[in-house]
Formats: sequence, C-alpha cells, structure tokens
Amino acid sequence: MDKSISVFPRELKENTGMAGSNDGAPKSRWASGVAPYVEMGYYDADYQPKDTDILCAFRLVPQEGVDPIEAAAAVAGESSTATWTVVWTDRLTAHEHFQAKAYRVDRVPGTDQYIAYIAYDIDLFEEGSIANLTSSIIGNVFGFKALKSLRLEDMRIPPIYTKTFQGPAHGIVMEREYLNKFGRPLLGATTKPKLGLSARNYGRVVYEALRGGLDFVKDDENINSQPFMRWRDRFLFCMEAVNKASAVTGEVKGHYLNITAGTMEQMYERAEFAKELGSVIVMLDLTIGYTAIQSMANWCRKNSVILHLHRAGHSTYTRQKTHGISFRVISKWMRLSGVDHIHAGTVVGKLEGDPNSVQGFYSTLRDSKVAINPVQGLYFEQDWGSMPAVFPVASGGIHAGQIHQLLHLLGEDVVMQFGGGTIGHPDGIAEGAAANRVAIEAMIQARNEGRDYLNEGPEILERAAKWSPSLAKALEIWKDITFEYASTDTPDAVVTPS
Amino acid sequence: MRITQGTFSYLPDFDDEQIQAQIQYCLNNDWPIAIEYTDDPHPRNVYWDMYGLPMFDIKDPVAIMQTLAECKATFPNGYIRVSGYDRSLGRATTALQFIVHRPTDEPGFHLERQETNDRQVRYTIRSYAADKPSGRRYE
Repeated sequence: MDKSISVFPRELKENTGMAGSNDGAPKSRWASGVAPYVEMGYYDADYQPKDTDILCAFRLVPQEGVDPIEAAAAVAGESSTATWTVVWTDRLTAHEHFQAKAYRVDRVPGTDQYIAYIAYDIDLFEEGSIANLTSSIIGNVFGFKALKSLRLEDMRIPPIYTKTFQGPAHGIVMEREYLNKFGRPLLGATTKPKLGLSARNYGRVVYEALRGGLDFVKDDENINSQPFMRWRDRFLFCMEAVNKASAVTGEVKGHYLNITAGTMEQMYERAEFAKELGSVIVMLDLTIGYTAIQSMANWCRKNSVILHLHRAGHSTYTRQKTHGISFRVISKWMRLSGVDHIHAGTVVGKLEGDPNSVQGFYSTLRDSKVAINPVQGLYFEQDWGSMPAVFPVASGGIHAGQIHQLLHLLGEDVVMQFGGGTIGHPDGIAEGAAANRVAIEAMIQARNEGRDYLNEGPEILERAAKWSPSLAKALEIWKDITFEYASTDTPDAVVTPS
Repeated sequence: MRITQGTFSYLPDFDDEQIQAQIQYCLNNDWPIAIEYTDDPHPRNVYWDMYGLPMFDIKDPVAIMQTLAECKATFPNGYIRVSGYDRSLGRATTALQFIVHRPTDEPGFHLERQETNDRQVRYTIRSYAADKPSGRRYE
C-alpha cells in the first residue's frame, strides 16, 4: 500500500506539498500539520477485532484520485478521535485505544464503491445511549468532502453493549401473552382518510374495523393534535370504540394512540391519559428522535403499555444505496431503544422493499442470533442475547389477495396492516376487516396442514371465499393490484440458481 | 354472538380431522398439547381450567383426540381450547391456540360504562353467562 496517499487528490498534494508528500525523510507521526489518516493509525490491515468492539460496515465512494484505504481511514478517524490536522494533545491520551481502526476495505465489483470495515472500542461509547452511539458513528463523516458518498450498511453491536439498553418494553412473546393472541400474524389497519375526520367519525372507523376482526387500528404518523381533531377527543372516542369492539367479539382489542407531540412534556401527558383510559398500546413517530424514543420506551415498560413506532421520515436517508443509513441499522437502534413494534416493509406493497433486504430487517428485529447473510445484506453476526424481539409491521398497499405471499415472505410474528384494504371494502369496514381475518386464518390452517400454501394460495383463498362473501368481494376488487417496481436499496450479493 | 378468541375463530368450526391435522402440526414442531376448558370466556380470563397436565410425552395425535373427546363429553356446554406450547429458549410461550368446542348459545358480553369526570368513562366487560355460578352457566 502506498502509505503516502492522503485524502487529498494526488496532484493537489504533490503541488502543494501537503500531507505525506514524498520529499525523502519520513515525517514524524507528531509533526504539526496535516498527515494522512492511515499514517495516524486509523487503518490497520492486521487488526483483529475484539469480541467487545462495535463493528461497522460503510459503503463509500471516494472522490476521484482519493485512495479508498485512506478514505476508509478518514472515516474511522473522523468518527472517533481524529480531526483534520495533527494535534499534540493526542499524546496526553491512550490514543491507540481510542482510535477507530479500518481493518478491511473491499471493492464492490463493477462499481466505484468500496465496503470499509471499521472497529470501534467499546470505551468510545456511553452506556445505553443511542444518541451517543450515533453522534460518534454518523456524527460528521457523512459530509466529508473527500467522499462522494457514504452509507452505513450494518453494525455488529456486542452483547456487552446491548446489555446496557432496556430493549423492547415488552417484546413479541410478552405482547402475545398479554393480548391472548397466538399462532397467526396480528392484523391492523390505519384509519383513513388520515387527516380531516372529526374525533367522533374517526372512532367509528376504529370500531368497525375492530368488530370486523382486526386486532388493532392505528393512528397515522401525522395524526397528532390538529384543529380538526384534538388528541384528547380522539383518545376518548377511540377508547369507546376499542371497548365496544372487545365486548362484541370477546377479544382484546387495541388502537395505537399516537402520542407524538412537540415536547416531551406533551408526550408524557398524552401517554398518561392513554394509560388512564386503559389503552393497551401507544404510538410514536421516528421523527421525535432517538432520545425521546428511549424515554418513552422506558415509560412504556414502567406502565405496561405496548409501544408502536412508525418509521416516519426514514426513507429520506435509508433508501438510496450509496448514501445514508441502511434500515437494518435503524432496526438495530430501535430494538436497543426499546420499541415493541416497528414498520419494516411489506415487499409486495406500495413502498420500497427488496425481498431479501426486508427479510434481513425482519431477522434483525426478531431473531436472537443473526448470521452473516450477504444475500440479505447482513454483513455481521449479531448476538442479541436475551433481548426481546420487536414485532415487524407490514403496512402500505397490501390486501387479502396477497396473504399467501405475505405469510411466506414475512412469517407469522408480524403485524399485517391493511388500511385501504380494510376501509376500502365495498360492503363496509367491518366486512373488509373480516375478509382479512378469514384470509389469514385460512392460510395458517392450510400451512399447518402441510399444504404448499405459497403456490396454492389463490386456490385456498377462493375456497374460503365460497363461504365468506366478505373475502369474495375483497378478492374481486383488488385481484389485479400489484406494485411492481425495481427496488432502489438492494444487497450486492444475489443468489445464483445452482 | 360468536367469541372470536383463538387462531381459527373466523373459520367454520373444525371437524375432528381438521383438529387432528393442527395437533399433528404442533407435534411435528415438538410442541406438547394442552387441553383447557372454561365457562367464563371473558377476554381477560387467562387461566382456563386444565384438563389434566400438558401432554408432554404423548406424540400420538389419535390419543390426544381421545382425551379431547373425553373432555367434550365431560363439559358439553363449555368452551374447550387446544394449545401447542413452545418451550424453546427465547419463546417459552404458547405457539398455537384454538377453540375446538363452544356452547351452542353464546350470549356474549355486556359493556358497562361508568361515567366519571372530564368526559371519561370506565369500561367493564361482563359475560352474561357468568352471572350464574360456575358449573350452572350455558345450561
């Protein structure tokens, strides 16, 4: 490796005599001025990551003429101890310990992209703080001029660090036991239209969907407390709907009351009121920030209220393959933060979601141990120890006619949410809900009986539709609806048929 | 009304062959079967009475169906449910649970509303059948 290369283009460096110029005598590590990050120790091909290190995989595209190894070292440097120039005050510290180390840089074949692996010592991070973890790792490197783009693809978070977080307030097992619902995906819907309904009419939608067969109804992300419907009114009408639906079905029902607000004080006030009314669940938007989410997750565990998270805003930074943060990383942060539910993609619905990537997100949220899986975009093993699992939520443009595909792709520990696919039913909301419930129960029955339900899915649904007019209508109206567009965010590795 | 607890309440009631197929699925997964019954189907009644212990060692679905038949004969007017239990690390919970028998007439629940201050209502769900003492409901 050419040790003289800095993050500055070669020509510039040679012309200006900047860092690392080949003027004969090797410069001291501590000479004032600018030194390549590699020379400052932020790249070490021989470094053996420790079991306690936090590991990151970054996808980086260096500017023309910038050496990828120096670029990786620069990312390691700027996301740990370094600044742009040598500082003598480093010598007051055990700097070798605190320096992050890029230890491997792989070119992505056929592209100008590289995957850089960087190890961070556990001592760089405050216990139990997503804010601190992220301020370090994504703090300022994403704006680095020497890089065209940068994406945090994955992280390996060691148990020594995961144990410093509360984790999901309840987790999948506790939630199922609390709701008394086993053996099938949970079903939900988002109230539509999402804006403009009065609280009383809004509650009507909630009641109809729950009595028809859904387990949950949900506020949308932008339902907070607007002039057309203030939060307290919504909570009161929704809880009438939830309790009435519970009485007519004999089942536990819930509505995700969105407590997102402008300040923590307002969120606590709304959460307390939801609890006082007996709501089993409340909801937050990702836009409130990591610290606010952690605070509310602690509140939820303390108060026995399930916590649903809507990933509002995530596509601004998760969707593009070469810049931003992969949603698998957000999934990890949110599992640590302590949410019980998180929207994680549907594959077949209206929103972005490559099948393999989405399955990777689901494993990350649900499994205790996640293996390396390049096809699913999983760069590292992840050991969650005994941290509870998060319910992934599949929502956005899905309907009863896709149940066999959804069950096959997403499994049974998932909340499937059919908003339009419930409320848009021609015979009414309750019939739309019943259609979805019949469809999922019929598919679970067939799966358990050993049927090839993925291929026989349409036939299984048609048979159920013979005795369920609700399902028959749903299948008829949405039979041709698919959303087939190429995904933007796909893993590099693909399965080749053998 | 029809109480819709359990995995398959929106489907027509299962016949014996269909019940046995689900039991077989549980056994294939190493989930022992338990049979429980109740005459109090309140959604928050967690602990239905156990019809014997969970059948940890019985791998023959026919034997389980026989036990189920006995349970049905003993409680012809009760609710009976079958569960498969997953003891694996990280789960240790019910994996599948479905109602296999129910009273012919299900009177349902009364929703009691206690109006309190600030427009708040305290809700209580009460089973009509549970007004009678246990054992004399659903007669």
